[in-house]
Amino acid sequence: MTELAQPADAGEPGGSPPRASTAPKPVRDGVLLGLAVGVSGLAFGAAAVSAGLTVWQTCALSLLAYTGASQFALAGTIAAGGSLVAGAAGAILLGSRNSLYSLRLSGLLQVRGAARLLAALGVTDESTALALAQPDNAAARTGFFATFASLYLTWNAATLAGAIGAGKIGTPQSFGLDVIGPAAFLALIWPRLAAGWSERGVAVGGAAIAIAATPLLPPGAPIILAASAALAGTLASRPVSAP
Amino acid sequence: MTGAWIAVLVTAAGCYALKLAGLTVPERLLRNARLRRFAELVPVALLAALVAVQAGAKGSSLVFDPARLAGLAAAVIALMLRAPFLVVILAAAGTAAGLRLAGIG
Repeated sequence: MTELAQPADAGEPGGSPPRASTAPKPVRDGVLLGLAVGVSGLAFGAAAVSAGLTVWQTCALSLLAYTGASQFALAGTIAAGGSLVAGAAGAILLGSRNSLYSLRLSGLLQVRGAARLLAALGVTDESTALALAQPDNAAARTGFFATFASLYLTWNAATLAGAIGAGKIGTPQSFGLDVIGPAAFLALIWPRLAAGWSERGVAVGGAAIAIAATPLLPPGAPIILAASAALAGTLASRPVSAP
Repeated sequence: MTGAWIAVLVTAAGCYALKLAGLTVPERLLRNARLRRFAELVPVALLAALVAVQAGAKGSSLVFDPARLAGLAAAVIALMLRAPFLVVILAAAGTAAGLRLAGIG
């Protein structure tokens, strides 16, 4: 999903989400986390319909892609007049951190067959953070699926409500709906910017590359080109010793 | 219409495949520190680029929209005050909408 709740405890992508000193109750905390973060689906539903997607397309994204940053990225590229190919490519690139989450989770969840196919859909920032905060594998598994169920239902219901609501009101711009996308992205990366100078450098670099490339490339392509800032940031940082 | 459906379904399939891949491949891939660092930084670069483009571009041209920029400034202020996500969004949208109602932007 997203870092939508911008919680300090949502965990670093691919890093190590902090273990809580006191073990949270996996079901209760997972359900509450899902409810709190899932409401943000309202913003996605409104933004996607404002971008020109239909209500059904908007809901299909939340049901099947189920990862907020990627969903906002596709809607945002379309809203900016970008090509659908560039929009999908950028969205999928943004979803790559979920691979690292599920790598981390695979040992905890121990899922096989149909259960693995289902669990894969539920891999998000939130379910990962909650699972990794549990004291043992059984609690991690419980917490993961509790968060998944709560967040999935809330996110999709909120998406539908936001999509229908946005379709009923007048021009999106008069309600400031065109600002929802960029404001959401800003909130998403905000905790990362606090993480260090290399993060801030990569953010400024990515923004500068995208703006500089905008008049030169088809819409959407500058976003993908901005990934080179992440590559530069990786190469510039000193080799990190494995934890 | 059809193109948008293809983009939606390709995005969904790609995002799901990425999630499933991690549950399927050996965990030792994670021990590559550079790969992990790159995966951490990719969202930062892409999301910052999206903020910049959506704030200052329309299609392939750069535009100046005071209401949109003011809405983003409101979001920054809300984030600095540690406001919850929905409050950040409402502050941004409300500021832009208010300015446009007043005839600015």
